[in-house]
Amino acid sequence: MNKIFWPVLLALTVSACSTTGSKEATVEDRTGSGTAATTPSAGAESTGVSGAGVAGSALPGDASDPRKDPASPLSKRSVHFDFDSYVVKDEYRPMLEAHAGYLAAKRDARVILQGNADERGSREYNLALGQKRAEAVRKALAVLGVSDAQMEAISFGEEKPRNEADTEEAYAENRRTDVVYGDE
Amino acid sequence: MIENPTPMLRAVLLFPLLCLAWLSAPFSAHAAMEIQVIGGAANKIAVAMVPFQAAPGQPVPALSQIAGDDLERSGRFRRVGLEGAPQPVAPAQVDYSVWRGKGADALVIGRVAALPGGRFEVRFYLLDVIKRTQLAGYSYNISAGQWRATAHQIADIIHERLTGTPGAFSSRIAYVQKQGKRYELKVADADGQNPRTIVRSGESVISPRFSPDGKRLAYVSFEDRKPVVYVQSLQDGSRRKVAAFKGSNSAPAWAPDGRRLAVVLTRDAASQIYLINADGSGLARLTRGGHLDTEPVFSPDSKTLYFTSDRGGSAQIYQMAVSGGEPRRVSYSGSYNVSPAISPDGKSLAYISRDEGRFRVVLHDLASGQIRALTDTTRDESPSFAPNGQAVLYATVLGGRGILGTVSLDGQTRARLSESGVDAREPAWGP
Repeated sequence: MNKIFWPVLLALTVSACSTTGSKEATVEDRTGSGTAATTPSAGAESTGVSGAGVAGSALPGDASDPRKDPASPLSKRSVHFDFDSYVVKDEYRPMLEAHAGYLAAKRDARVILQGNADERGSREYNLALGQKRAEAVRKALAVLGVSDAQMEAISFGEEKPRNEADTEEAYAENRRTDVVYGDE
Repeated sequence: MIENPTPMLRAVLLFPLLCLAWLSAPFSAHAAMEIQVIGGAANKIAVAMVPFQAAPGQPVPALSQIAGDDLERSGRFRRVGLEGAPQPVAPAQVDYSVWRGKGADALVIGRVAALPGGRFEVRFYLLDVIKRTQLAGYSYNISAGQWRATAHQIADIIHERLTGTPGAFSSRIAYVQKQGKRYELKVADADGQNPRTIVRSGESVISPRFSPDGKRLAYVSFEDRKPVVYVQSLQDGSRRKVAAFKGSNSAPAWAPDGRRLAVVLTRDAASQIYLINADGSGLARLTRGGHLDTEPVFSPDSKTLYFTSDRGGSAQIYQMAVSGGEPRRVSYSGSYNVSPAISPDGKSLAYISRDEGRFRVVLHDLASGQIRALTDTTRDESPSFAPNGQAVLYATVLGGRGILGTVSLDGQTRARLSESGVDAREPAWGP
């Protein structure tokens, strides 16, 4: 991974989301007396802009962006995995080839590969597993010719489930890597 | 078992619950968490807990109730019914034959006196009913905010005098509560009461870990849209980012000296274990490879790290020297063993094991290799040992929401610490 580009990508991503308002954590004082007194969050902590992952969506009739065309494999963004697995299945090859082609043609386009896990088991293990799932997609795209500088793999573990139901279908839906473009 | 206690058991359990809610009301402004003692072993010490005599004009203190709940939750004690018995407040008033007749092995009595300045004096006595002797007698000068702390100290003394092992009732726990899309990192007493929020966030918080001296809490926050390891003072609330490298930063584990942490980073490769000073300096990589290593925990002698790895093809517990070297596999049964916690004596591990689709807390004796399931739930996570090594705190899911529970090491006594209407997860037992 290109080490110089990542901060730029992060900055772009953060600024794209900063309009959602700051959501940084509030730190509270716990004095020895056992009373919890709220203190204003430290100035140093208020710099972290944590937007709520707002993703732009195409307006109806926006035919200019092939990524928004439901008929295009580029509109497919999720690679799903088996339980406790980070093997990218063959069925995702057409979709990944389409994204690889798009990224090769548009060298200024960037993607974040967001790995996720279902909610069963350890949160820390799932965080690591989500990273492996993101990395697996990153490597598949790299094999298809995508530049490392255009990609970053991150994990949300089981912290951002798409489907919060407690069913096998929900688990399967949550075991995935999403391909998210930096300009979306 | 948790869902369906027998009617008799329910009646026995509900009575103390109601008393607790009523008695503790004057002393706590916080919503009470429920305590449910689920089962128990045969050989318990029978203790008669006589309500402490209130100071004139003051409400009856919940001291003996809180201390009795503590003792019962440990699995080592059962409370003896007090029906019809006199209620002595000093040793000279005790008629031992009455308590022997009720099957009590020990008797706890006490009284409260009001002191100038809104303070109170609490006196309590622990008496051996069989030998008819006093085992302990203490006096406390407390403020009105110290009822619960005093009750936990009394329970600690009773536990130590009657079992030979110190109690862990004055210790604290940390956990994360989720309500809607809001996350709160909380620190509470070991019985789940008296919770105080130390971090609020709109993004997830996981993996809180107390420093060995209990003064700081390391945790992982997603507030920067990715996992970052923080260390926060529990005294003044100040905090710093200890690991905020490129990629993911997670799974903090304190070294026993409190000066270093093991953390898991993805800055160089897949999740790998690193050592870092508590001020964020001195990063050193410990594990290497393309596999996944996470959830490190130091042995009490600081020499060994236990951790979870998929290097053998499935999630298993490994150990390696903190000084480096080849990891050695520790867990062998099953295809998913994660989240190791080491007992304070270093002799056993508690971890989560998947067996026939159930995720349960198991206890692994390192010398014999013997493994026992401690729970009968199906979605257990995040085990950690009590500071005295006598119980394990864990999270599980019941009725669709996350709850916290403790289980004695024999698996026979399970208690539930939970607040209604919220999701509690990621517990850690601290000093």
